[in-house]
Amino acid sequence: MSGERYTKDHEYVRLEGQGDDEVAVVGVTDYAQAQLGDIVFIELPEPGARVDKGGQLATIESVKAASEVYSPISGEIISANDALDDEPGSVNEDPLGRGWLAKLRIVDATELEGLMDENAYRAFVESL
Amino acid sequence: MRYLPLTDEDRAKMREAIGVATIDELYADVPKDVLLKAPLDLPRGAPEMEVERRLAALARENVPASRAFLGAGAYRHHIPASVDHLIQRSEFLTSYTPYQPEISQGTLQVLFEFQTQVAALTGMEIANASMYDGSTACAEAALMAHRLTKRRKAVLSGGLHPHYAEVVRTISRFAGDEVVTLPPDIFAREDVAAHIDADVSCVIVQTPDVFGNLRDLSPIAEACHAEGALLVAVFTEAVSLGLLTPPGAFGADIVVGEGQSLGNPLSFGGPYVGLFATKREHLRQTPGRLCGETADADGRRSFVLTLSAREQHIRRDKATSNICTNSGLCALAFSIHLTLLGETGLRRLARANHASAVRLAERLAPIAGVDVLNDAFFNEFTLRVRGDAAALVETMAARGVLAGVPVSRLLPGAGLDDLLIVASTEVVTEADRDAFVAAIEGAL
Amino acid sequence: MLDHANHPAAPETFSGDRGLDHEEPLLFEIGRADVTGVDIAEPEPFASRLGALERKGPIGLPGLTEPEAVRHYIRLSRKNYSIDAGLYPLGSCTMKHNPRLGEKMARLDGFADIHPLQPQSTARGALALMEELSRFLLALTNMSAVALSPKAGAHGELCGLMTIEAALRARGEARTRRTVLIPQSAHGTNPASAALLGFEVRAIPAGEDGIVHADAVAAALDDSVAAIMLTNPNTCGLFERDVVEIARLVHEAGGYFYCDGANFNAIAGVARPGDMGVDAMHLNLHKTFSTPHGGGGPGAGPVVLSARLARFAPVPFLLREGGELRLVEHANETQSLGRLTAFHGQMGMFVRALSYLLSHGGDGVAQASRDAVLAANYLRARLRDVMTQPFGDRICMHEALFDDSFLKGTGVTTLDFAKAMIDEGYHPMTIYFPLVVHGAMLIEPTESESKSSLDRFVSTLRALAESAKRGETERFTQAPRHAPRRRPDETAAARKPVLRWRG
Repeated sequence: MSGERYTKDHEYVRLEGQGDDEVAVVGVTDYAQAQLGDIVFIELPEPGARVDKGGQLATIESVKAASEVYSPISGEIISANDALDDEPGSVNEDPLGRGWLAKLRIVDATELEGLMDENAYRAFVESL
Repeated sequence: MRYLPLTDEDRAKMREAIGVATIDELYADVPKDVLLKAPLDLPRGAPEMEVERRLAALARENVPASRAFLGAGAYRHHIPASVDHLIQRSEFLTSYTPYQPEISQGTLQVLFEFQTQVAALTGMEIANASMYDGSTACAEAALMAHRLTKRRKAVLSGGLHPHYAEVVRTISRFAGDEVVTLPPDIFAREDVAAHIDADVSCVIVQTPDVFGNLRDLSPIAEACHAEGALLVAVFTEAVSLGLLTPPGAFGADIVVGEGQSLGNPLSFGGPYVGLFATKREHLRQTPGRLCGETADADGRRSFVLTLSAREQHIRRDKATSNICTNSGLCALAFSIHLTLLGETGLRRLARANHASAVRLAERLAPIAGVDVLNDAFFNEFTLRVRGDAAALVETMAARGVLAGVPVSRLLPGAGLDDLLIVASTEVVTEADRDAFVAAIEGAL
Repeated sequence: MLDHANHPAAPETFSGDRGLDHEEPLLFEIGRADVTGVDIAEPEPFASRLGALERKGPIGLPGLTEPEAVRHYIRLSRKNYSIDAGLYPLGSCTMKHNPRLGEKMARLDGFADIHPLQPQSTARGALALMEELSRFLLALTNMSAVALSPKAGAHGELCGLMTIEAALRARGEARTRRTVLIPQSAHGTNPASAALLGFEVRAIPAGEDGIVHADAVAAALDDSVAAIMLTNPNTCGLFERDVVEIARLVHEAGGYFYCDGANFNAIAGVARPGDMGVDAMHLNLHKTFSTPHGGGGPGAGPVVLSARLARFAPVPFLLREGGELRLVEHANETQSLGRLTAFHGQMGMFVRALSYLLSHGGDGVAQASRDAVLAANYLRARLRDVMTQPFGDRICMHEALFDDSFLKGTGVTTLDFAKAMIDEGYHPMTIYFPLVVHGAMLIEPTESESKSSLDRFVSTLRALAESAKRGETERFTQAPRHAPRRRPDETAAARKPVLRWRG
């Protein structure tokens, strides 16, 4: 698999690294950040925590809203993007890059199969 | 009716514009059988003069606390005339929560100054824009400590005001949290540290405590932190902080207190103002409104309510608290009084309070049947009296002296019926002390 | 017309002030630690009893002399809008006139200068006042008991839900009934209060017509339901027509009916919650009975209770025994749920509310409700052709709800529209609440406005709506320009919070 896979809740997951070093990078899409508006704070998960697919991964706060981010995939949190504490706007500016939220060690790679690829997600967003 | 500007002619024109013939048509959605058919059995409206007479008559049935030595959570202090004048400015008194910052900078700047004053006074990094009163602030502190530590057990010092303890126990009982209440600790000798284990989220300790004792919180803070628990420091007499080491300097994690003493009358228990201060790292779990500084579209310094995503109107069932309305006007009175005092005035006021209480204690010590129990105190101490303290208070009240708060009023059935909590603030004169001494000697 | 579109960044005067619009520095920039505005004599020498706990080092509290302090706060006050200065149409908040008689009465020594713990025998008048206020509140609601101590509406919600849980405990069902039904249009305090007590919140949908239907409640009911929390009239300004049937269904299913009384001012003296099957309801004295909002508080949130819940009321409560009135302050040996606050509640607010109630009387309270409903419907009728109503053209209660459909395609948002009202000299209505209506604008004029005041408001809103439709976008997106401040950067405030002054 290459590139990102997407959920209908506008989260993405991207695999990086190989073999034992393989990690899943999770974040929210450009569409999501645009809907949220200026992001002011992100409550990130603790490394070591386990999260189920569809379980709460993070909370994103804008000035007038707080939105839950659900994990697109089950796994163990390896690290969270602590740089967002100081620069929450990174999620607005570069959601797929600097604005990633957490890295997970995947439990079940088959879970990825149910997610949308880029073309499917683009079509999904256009349908909204 | 003097408060209703619409005339019958106006009402008729308005009904016509709406397209209804009668006012009842506007209540068409109310089920017929619950609409009142006849007026309620209540008095008819009254002119201002009559209402004034009626309420003044009720007020006269109360004995004002003018020659009073009552404390235990509420204190009589002199309030400068300008405080009461300023809080009655329409723009403060009759405005809403500052949700539209462009036309609420007055309230917002006051809140920013209030937060700064409370943080300075308590020795903490940040403070919120107020809670209902000290006791509800105390309960909120316990809940916040539970969220921060992910533990659910609070340990309450035996020196904590029994009503504060009861407020914490009540909310905890319903929220499913555990509370350990230590026995009444008249001499400030309890070993709180012995009760801290890995399940404890916080220890709640008051100083000056309800019996008037001063407590060094440093060892308790250390014991808490060693077990990953938080220290919640409580005070009910804000003036004491003019003279005493602030809880922040002891290492407290959350400081809550009653702010009534500055700017707010006794008013039979409310409205008062809860003070809430903590460390900056705990910002996101802080309950209540927060005012922050920013700039407007022209780059001018402006203030706004901020970090609202913590609050109920946005976070709903995941909010840090359900609080909405707070004690804005009482916080304003607190802030104005503190501004008038400044550091110099607050220290002097605190010294005047301490001197007043020391003098009373010195006058009472030689009286047979009276023991002053405290070593260290601020403006309040506990007496052990011969006989029943509540009966003594009633007897002295008949002689025009409100002598204090019997411990049995706060802790009935605790076997402490001979204890009396006595406060003496700057408003107490030498003549008042003479009256106290004469009354207690006569009553004992 | 929009010749000030490029508002200068620097004020055009030398002083930085403009006429009556004065800039005011922070207290910490003008005060000094060695200045005080209160003269206090140094006490005669005495032996300190502070032990080792005396404060060391400076506190960091500047002082001002009285003239400086008065000027500081007066200048600040002039940056605030107030109900005394103008119509304040905040829906759900009830900004009505605050009679000054209440202020005068609350300041009588016999009320302001009495201590909560002085012997009850020396506070008979205070207890009598609380009893008389209770009598009014019970008569207006037809309920059995009232808990006076809750400090504000949200505190009252806690109180009401606790009495419900206490009743469930008494029935042995507190562990199994853990769900509270709440419509999505509810105030945020409702789900927050329920969650605080560990209840699961289950949302119930409203119908297309903006009200909750009995069948939707029936579908949500099961034996896990502890209570329903319903605001009536609801936050869309509509009376919940099915309320009696909903109450019956909830009771039949073993649950209780909590009513959020924030909007009681529409029906006070006209209909009684007790006749609708309500078990507990808080009354916001600062809304319905016009104690001043004070820039965010204090409020007062007494809770009226049905006969089924009365015995679980928190301490302190009033008890009349053989002609003698006393406050019961301890829960032991009663079924009371416990204590919610240190003392007896917001006595200062009780005095003001009773002063309001005695002034109005039963007849005046009903007239005030009718005038409030009349005024809201008048605004609705006069604005319905230029603004849009989310639930069709139908009567409302004390507040009129509009959505942002009329702004569609104009480039003007609800927020912009609200800010333009500021330039017109008005405080905006409540916006973006209730959450169930897109771009909501909730207007509550109250009974305090004269017809000419309402007419002037109508013509301003009509002019703004028409201006938006004409495409005069800048009037809105650049607003406000005539307020003490333009729009603040709330994102910056939240990203890097500055919550106190640092020199």
